[in-house]
Amino acid sequence: MDLLIFQAPILMVQALMDGILLGILFALIAYGMALQWGVMNIINIAQGELVILGGYIAYTMYLMGIHPAFGVIVSPIIMFFIGWILYKLVICRVVDRDLFISILATFGISILTQQLMNFIFGADVVVAQSNFGTTMLFDGSVTLPNSKIFSAFVSIIFAIGLVMYMKKSKLGRAIRATAQNARAAKILGVDTEKVYAATFGINAALCGVAGALISITFTLHPYVGLPYTVRSFMIVIIAGLGNLPGVALSGMGLGVFEEFADYILGTEFRIGSVFLLLVLILVYRRFKLSRKREYLK
Amino acid sequence: MKKNIILYSALLVFGLVAPFLFPAFKLQISFMWILVILALTWDVQGGQMGYNSFGNILFFGIGMYICAGVQIGMFFPLAEWTSSGGEKTFIHTPPQYFQGFFIGLILAGIVPAVVAATIGYGILGLRGHYFAICTLGLGIAAGEIAGGIELIGAGQGMTTPPWPKGIGDTELRSEFFYYLCFVLMVATFVFLRWAYQTRFGLVLNAIRDNEDKAEAMGIHTMRYKIIGWVVSAFFVGIAGGLMGNMVGYIEPTEIAFAGATYGVFMVLMAILGGKGTLWGPVIGAIIFHIFKEGFWIFFLGWQYVALGALIVIIVVFFPEGIMGWLREKYPEKFGEIIDEADRKAQVELK
Amino acid sequence: MSILEVNQVYKYFGGVKANEDISLTVEQGSIVGLIGPNGSGKTTLFNSIVGTHPIDKGSIKFDGREVSELPVPIVAKLGLLRTFQQTRIYGKLNCIENMLISNKSQEKGLLSVFSKIPPELTDKAETLLKFVGLYQKRKLRAGDLSFGQQKLLELAMALMNEPKMLLLDEPTAGINPTLINGIIDRLIKINKEFGITLLVIEHNMRVIMQLAQKIFCLAHGQMLAEGSPEQIKNDKRVIDAYLGAQ
Repeated sequence: MDLLIFQAPILMVQALMDGILLGILFALIAYGMALQWGVMNIINIAQGELVILGGYIAYTMYLMGIHPAFGVIVSPIIMFFIGWILYKLVICRVVDRDLFISILATFGISILTQQLMNFIFGADVVVAQSNFGTTMLFDGSVTLPNSKIFSAFVSIIFAIGLVMYMKKSKLGRAIRATAQNARAAKILGVDTEKVYAATFGINAALCGVAGALISITFTLHPYVGLPYTVRSFMIVIIAGLGNLPGVALSGMGLGVFEEFADYILGTEFRIGSVFLLLVLILVYRRFKLSRKREYLK
Repeated sequence: MKKNIILYSALLVFGLVAPFLFPAFKLQISFMWILVILALTWDVQGGQMGYNSFGNILFFGIGMYICAGVQIGMFFPLAEWTSSGGEKTFIHTPPQYFQGFFIGLILAGIVPAVVAATIGYGILGLRGHYFAICTLGLGIAAGEIAGGIELIGAGQGMTTPPWPKGIGDTELRSEFFYYLCFVLMVATFVFLRWAYQTRFGLVLNAIRDNEDKAEAMGIHTMRYKIIGWVVSAFFVGIAGGLMGNMVGYIEPTEIAFAGATYGVFMVLMAILGGKGTLWGPVIGAIIFHIFKEGFWIFFLGWQYVALGALIVIIVVFFPEGIMGWLREKYPEKFGEIIDEADRKAQVELK
Repeated sequence: MSILEVNQVYKYFGGVKANEDISLTVEQGSIVGLIGPNGSGKTTLFNSIVGTHPIDKGSIKFDGREVSELPVPIVAKLGLLRTFQQTRIYGKLNCIENMLISNKSQEKGLLSVFSKIPPELTDKAETLLKFVGLYQKRKLRAGDLSFGQQKLLELAMALMNEPKMLLLDEPTAGINPTLINGIIDRLIKINKEFGITLLVIEHNMRVIMQLAQKIFCLAHGQMLAEGSPEQIKNDKRVIDAYLGAQ
């Protein structure tokens, strides 16, 4: 345990700001997962892999000489189609079955995707250089890479854009109707199959944006998808399915938690502490509910 | 009944002579028995009780580390073993090796069982997908954390004590491990077969089919859930101890707590064979093993891609598994009949 | 002697007053009806009585004991069981197994977890299955039975547990009208021969008038009226509640 962070308070500010910027990104991914969960009752274990895949798209652009920041435009477009295809091939067959089948199926997709990415892109840890420079605060004691600030901004813009799209557009309204009552929506003429495919596609696109941002802000590796999945799952169950501000706040909270854990416990325990936090949250929830003689549904 | 005895005897005999029939595949078949144990113990939660766990691998890993830790720690300082490439500096004498190994195996069963009993009250109170993902978190957290502890080798893992010099050759070693794996597999199977015929089996199934109803009828579901997990943890922990020694080294995320691979494989094998049945996990494990070996031979380079695709195909298109499919086709063979002959037995209401 | 005493029970779900100041008593050995239009709080009251959720105010006494703080398994052990509108049975087990698992559990120690199922239990299960007319289908999976048959199975399972009192939530709902008489007969038999007190939620007026010795009527979460079947049948308030007049 390294308590340096408490001895040098400026480090806490660093961790706080890193955490918030990181957390906004988490919240974006969590929003996609919540969308899918709410509309189709699917928990997508492959969420993290979709993110990394989106990241590799941006990375490939970087390798081709295009500035990876354009990945935030290109990646979601490609990922939307990948999501749509995934839906038509696999997901549509597990939508109306029990939740565990969807977990297993998406787990299978996640392993498949992991291995495909490993096969195509190799197992090296890579980064897409953005050369955005760094911002210094507090006389240089707090350094924030501009790529992180850029990520946060882009995430917020996309999140707002998506919320408005869901409120105003025809498809958005169809999606919200299906989420509330799929059968009623179908009777009223909504093509639920299309809605489901679009929802999965939108989720994949969100992952694409997040992935592109991660490729310039952090690192890409075929096997680092699962932690992103777990983070979004955690955020969704803390915030609740319909609660967008909750998702944002929980996301930022989680980001800050991770940064602090990194300082105190060390980077090698960072991911482990995220998973452990998940276990603790679920167990805490369960005991709280059991007092009311209920359980998590 | 007679048919069953013949079947069981034949299989028993086959298992006993297999190392001599297929000497080149001794270790292969040993791994297969380990897979059978993984599938059988997973099925106690997943198939019989309806609690789909991605975390049973936790007990496998704990068993692995405990066994090795005890084997080494009984005679030598563990920290130095792991940091210095232990087996070169510290040599076990044959008595030391076997003593350490057997005590290690016993503890490899007991410690995970205790862990299961301890965390069971909290974790088994979760239902459905919350349980599934929580156990996923457990399994992976354990791997990550083990990867950070220097004493047991951190990310590099540690080696298990090598076979002592002077006691036969590698063939003998393979035979030794083969029989241990086979005996453990048979013990697991026999125990579960017996347990499923008692109240334990009924309650587990009742929890699966309608947990609320079981509680409403006065059944202490938590007690059974925990005992079930303890049983699984015990057998799978010993299997872990065996595996660690057979392979020769323990890597936290690849071998011990391989959350995303073996943790999922055990689920898959049980589903492939037919979850909730006694033979399903056995058949599923054997077939899966053959598939996997086949993939490694024929799809080398992208065998994991093929494996991932296999998972998706099985889950989406074949979730009832082989036993389930058989049951649909021949329900009479499974005893699901309408008793026409007992029509006279109807009690008349006056 | 009253076996069940519900005293000024309140239950809220957020802003919704599901049960408001409900009081009723059930005499041991009797059959009592609980009626009321949809949404009047009948099933909520059942849930409160057996302990599915805690109540906000009031007391519930079963066999002289306060049970409002107790969870469902404990209440069940005291001899108070309920059945559900949508049948709850163990779908993948066959009928006999459904029955065997429903027996009153005498779980003494940890090792009783692995106790064998005694053959007398199977005999008892078969007798009860014969009683409800499911003996022939006893080897079939419970999930494969028709809705009506599942209701009978659920009833048999409750009997297997030898309760002192049984709360039945719409026992004839969804049943073919020609079979309803069989159910009424069996319920009367259960009450007379096995001595089990019954509290029955019903929408079918013919059924409840035949069965019950006393009837309570709920409306909008409150107790509207109580009395003998004759009194209730002619009570203007009850008629209005069902026909929707304010």
